[in-house]
Amino acid sequence: MTQQPTVSLFIQCLVDHMYPHVGEAMVNLFDRLDIPVTYPDGQTCCGQPAFNSGHRQSARKAALHFLQVFRDSEVIICPSGSCVHMVRHHYPQLFKDEPDLMQMAERIGDRTYELTEYLVDVLGVTDLGASFHAKTTYHDSCHLSRSLGIRRQPRALLSKVAGLELIEMENSDTCCGFGGTFSIHYPEISTAMVDEKLRTILATGAEYVTGCDISCLMHIQGRAQKRNLPVQVVHIAEILSHQGEADHAGNK
Amino acid sequence: MPEINSLYKKLANDGINNQCLQHSLQGLQQRLGKGALNLWNQLPDQQLRARAKENRMQTLEHLDLVLEELAKKIQARGGKVFFASTAEQANDYISKVARQHNVQTVVKGKSMTSAEIGIDKVLEDQGIEVVETDLGEYIVQLAEDTPSHIIAPCIHMDRYQISELFTQKLGIPASTDPPTLTQAARTTLRKKLLSADMGLTGCNLACAETGHITLVSNEGNIRMATTMPPVHVAIMGMERVVATLDEHKTLLQLLTRGASLQKLSTYVSFQGGPAASDGPDGPEEFHLVILDNGRSRILADPDFKEVLACIRCGACLNICPVYGRIGGHAYNSPYSGPIGAVITPLLDGINKHADLCKGETLCGACKDICPVENDLPRMLSLLREKLAHGDKNWDVQPSSLQERTMFTLWAWLIQHPRIYHATISLMGHLQHAWSNRAGMLDNLPGPASKWTRTRLLPAVAQKTFRKRWQEKLSKSKASRQQSGDQHE
Ligand code: SF4
Repeated sequence: MTQQPTVSLFIQCLVDHMYPHVGEAMVNLFDRLDIPVTYPDGQTCCGQPAFNSGHRQSARKAALHFLQVFRDSEVIICPSGSCVHMVRHHYPQLFKDEPDLMQMAERIGDRTYELTEYLVDVLGVTDLGASFHAKTTYHDSCHLSRSLGIRRQPRALLSKVAGLELIEMENSDTCCGFGGTFSIHYPEISTAMVDEKLRTILATGAEYVTGCDISCLMHIQGRAQKRNLPVQVVHIAEILSHQGEADHAGNK
Repeated sequence: MPEINSLYKKLANDGINNQCLQHSLQGLQQRLGKGALNLWNQLPDQQLRARAKENRMQTLEHLDLVLEELAKKIQARGGKVFFASTAEQANDYISKVARQHNVQTVVKGKSMTSAEIGIDKVLEDQGIEVVETDLGEYIVQLAEDTPSHIIAPCIHMDRYQISELFTQKLGIPASTDPPTLTQAARTTLRKKLLSADMGLTGCNLACAETGHITLVSNEGNIRMATTMPPVHVAIMGMERVVATLDEHKTLLQLLTRGASLQKLSTYVSFQGGPAASDGPDGPEEFHLVILDNGRSRILADPDFKEVLACIRCGACLNICPVYGRIGGHAYNSPYSGPIGAVITPLLDGINKHADLCKGETLCGACKDICPVENDLPRMLSLLREKLAHGDKNWDVQPSSLQERTMFTLWAWLIQHPRIYHATISLMGHLQHAWSNRAGMLDNLPGPASKWTRTRLLPAVAQKTFRKRWQEKLSKSKASRQQSGDQHE
């Protein structure tokens, strides 16, 4: 087997600060696959919150920083579809009048992958020897499914997880209502949306809801726990890195 | 000062708490939203939508010429064409026509453009009776309400409410049976349609090649409103025109599918002028009012031109998760849902409608369902940019200095990783007062309360991923060194 290129982890800020075990799960996965992993120090945030709020000048600064940090990375892997969407599709817009930076952004965009996309489409693996004994439902987050077209890959991976029973929810690709600062500016609308999401999640009877974006999962978890609803969230990386019997990955 | 156009939030809340509306919206989105997506997936020609869009954009490229051709053809048949730059000009023109014909009663076909210019009120102020003839619009008019969906205007009302309304306003015996209610409306409307002096309609499409306007309906009211009264006035947004019959065919197919999953609506009416000796059908006089009212400015901006490709099918409302929760009244505009969130600020002021620009999640569902593949999220994002930074061309003032300062500071932190991480870790230390046993935060103060009022927030981890990684590195270094020592 030819040596796979070193994977540079692009750890979404929410994962870094609030869900570090998701990042660790990714490291485990690549260790298991014998793929060298590195974590470019100095990475912060891709700039998405500013971009989506219209503050493109601030977003541009964040993007510049990102390009600097990941300049030499061979492949960049992120456990978040919306951040990958930001780098791949919005960075070129930010530099549309600066040809050199634009080219750099496009090159880096081409090397940036969402985790499940990289595993399935590039590495060609679906079976990671994981086990997760629970009824689980999958949420298609917006940018991941619509902009990056990633729907098949996470399902292919989940189908190979021992003990996992995937129960599809109705309207799995309906937005959970997070939307970054939207969730703070329009809390009532945002909450009504996540309640609808939770309605479809609970209807499956699943114990866990998983997905490829921690921001949506954080929103779902935050609402579910506020309402004491019987469902837990788990990032797909945690499921895929989990081995052994009933002891599930938790959010500790 | 934080700018809050609280009307949107207030109306959105009303919608969220309206059980009847919630029930209808759920049904609407389940049936029409999903249905349209399925239809697109089953189209034998998967390029149809992309081609339709291409055609639309080409036509918009020389819209002036296409409109001129349309006007010429209609005039050649004796129709009158008026180009109105503003709503006021359009209203004046229509009023003048009404006066000339001593009009007492106007019957209307469903038209959002007519709501955009506010013609009803203008005519009513002159003592003219204005009657909507589309059933949904008629119900809304009787209720002295406004439409909440661009295709299904009274989606926010159920048959119990309609029954009560009809008993009150039409004096019929109470009934919640939809056919009975429809029949009651039909009886009243038919009398109006037969005796009106003027028909006033919108225009779904216009075709320059043939010189016709096209109106689709399922109730037959349009056919009557355009042929029974002696005068027919149609108002069209200037972007409604297509160049060729071929383009027209494609768009008509897409329009009725997107709007109501129909291959073709029950009625399609073509109007190209007054009745003539060789074609006795039609009104004695036909007027077409072609309305600009801000569209030229959109056309001139390459960032937003795309929105003029819209054929107002309403499909984006039927899938939007925000519209699906708040309903159409929240948009406070004839144009609701995702299309409304883009077109209303562009036509009527970006600052004025800042909440429409910001009040979505940019999830992209509207883009997927749009028959002409309009990228509304892209345009919403650009509208937000104008609000953030201000824009002279569009007379936009930066909407929130506070937010701008916050993001400037944030961007600085992003570029200074050490301070950035130190700041987060400081937050981690301060959070304990609000932390519950499971490590989730509740009842946070300040702006964060807007999150925690309805949701918990995970606490900042004691050890971030970055720290854990550094520890792992130093551990593996140590163990490498150790094994190195042993080998020596
Ligand atoms: S934007 Fe697209 S989906 Fe929405 S009304 Fe217009 S044509 Fe229909």
